[in-house]
Amino acid sequence: MKILVAVKRVIDYNVQIRVKEDNTGVVTDNVKMSTNPPDDNAIEEAVKIKEAGKATEVIAVSIGEEKAQETVRKALAVGADRGILVKTEGILEPLAVSKLLQKIVEKEKPDLVFMGKQAIDDDCNQTGQMLSALLNWPQATFASKIEIKDKSLEVTREIDEGLETIEINVPAIVTCDLRLNEPRYASLPNIMKAKKKPIEQINASDLGVDTTPRIEQTKVEEPPKRKAGIKVSSVAELVQKLKNEAKVI
Amino acid sequence: MSVLLIAEHNNKELRPFTLNAATAASQIDKDVHAVIIGHECGEAAKALSELELIKKVIQVEAPHYENFVAENFAPVIVKLSENYSHIISSANTFGKNLMPRIAAALDTSQISDITKVVSNDTFLRPIYAGNAFATVKSKDNKKCVTIRPTSFDPCESSGGSAPIEKAEAGEEFVQTKFIKREEIKSDRPELGTARVVVSGGRGMQSGDNFKLITSLADKLNAAIGASRAAVDAGYISNDHQVGQTGKVVVPDLYIAVGISGAIQHLAGMKESKVIVAINKDGEAPIFSVADYGLEADLFEALPQFLEELNKLNTIQK
Repeated sequence: MKILVAVKRVIDYNVQIRVKEDNTGVVTDNVKMSTNPPDDNAIEEAVKIKEAGKATEVIAVSIGEEKAQETVRKALAVGADRGILVKTEGILEPLAVSKLLQKIVEKEKPDLVFMGKQAIDDDCNQTGQMLSALLNWPQATFASKIEIKDKSLEVTREIDEGLETIEINVPAIVTCDLRLNEPRYASLPNIMKAKKKPIEQINASDLGVDTTPRIEQTKVEEPPKRKAGIKVSSVAELVQKLKNEAKVI
Repeated sequence: MSVLLIAEHNNKELRPFTLNAATAASQIDKDVHAVIIGHECGEAAKALSELELIKKVIQVEAPHYENFVAENFAPVIVKLSENYSHIISSANTFGKNLMPRIAAALDTSQISDITKVVSNDTFLRPIYAGNAFATVKSKDNKKCVTIRPTSFDPCESSGGSAPIEKAEAGEEFVQTKFIKREEIKSDRPELGTARVVVSGGRGMQSGDNFKLITSLADKLNAAIGASRAAVDAGYISNDHQVGQTGKVVVPDLYIAVGISGAIQHLAGMKESKVIVAINKDGEAPIFSVADYGLEADLFEALPQFLEELNKLNTIQK
């Protein structure tokens, strides 16, 4: 079994986001970038499956500017065998990303494609589902548990009402939840080893996909600020305020 | 052209966010049609036809629609989409799972999780866990939009009398098989629609200690929420998680207990009308969004909270 894992380079989850003064986007210059957190879970799961002897190869793919190579390199350092960087400039919408991934899937012919359930920058939650629609493959979104069977997977999905279990035949797409596993840290020797692993570079423009944005982002603004609250000194005061001032109990 | 709303239901009843999505749909175009796909879902279809904003209901039934598998649902909606300018659903796990499959099939760039309809092609949506809001304009002919349910009021559940048309079912997608759903049943208000939410975080220290949260929630007729840390630690099940990757809640009163207030948690609750934070760490970021902050040990404060509530003559339900 061959597993392709898509990883995205995003602003680190700990960074306080700042909106640009001209309202064209958020500040990304000199800001720490990292792998999209649930994509780390996707890589971890693929590597674990390989370590259990149930996969033969794990390939990490990222789509983005030259620097997204760092994100691929990090995936190699935690156990992916080789990497692919699809080079693009500018904003890519999930539809364009899924079309580019479709081309990579056609070339690499993996049995499984894993990725995070959502990217923490645009919060779209679309790419995995779109890719599975384009390929007409089954999808298991928001996966918190994956069990590999012979030619299928049993996946537990986190849904609003609780948990759902489905069985999907291979080839299939799985989008990973943060609770799927605990991503490992790359050890120094593995970081050194990862430097020797191959990363194939492909220009997105060579893949014959129209990636022109369909959505125009006309303005980006700060969220409305909450007015400052107060500290109360006792539970009695809190209950009195909630009852008589806020009138919510 | 009309707008097509995808109804969410459990084959017997409509799920409540269908009413919020109907409101959002009607802000795009008054001519809202709704499609309900299920198995023996006649009662839910009837309830849908009674929503005041719905002008027509399309009912599609087959045994393989019983469990809402997106691979089965998407082709049905793609086929119906010809007559519609917009396809609308809630941005909850139902709509998130389904809508991108429809959008990709229609070669449309989906707009996720909108909080406001600016015009029929322009919408407001949060990005970066709600730390910025983007105004986005779709250039696609057909628009696929998911709406943040808590940003739109539910429509009236009566007053409508839309005709119900039946449409033909599609084939079953056999590569995906539903096995089971484990729903946690509770008599409490639903987290997404509750007037009051009491949430616990890592500070609760154990699942057993969540009893303190439960007692307070009982008293206030509240839903129970949790931070990701509390869910990850196994104190409580995933359906209680509030935040960027969990649920977004906008209650009248949100009480955060032992929650430090990571930006990912704030993304799910900071629009609440009144926020209370109880935390022993006075520097915890949760206090920056709290209307009323109490710096105290929760294990002392929660029993006192119950005592104080017991002294009140009345508590709003």
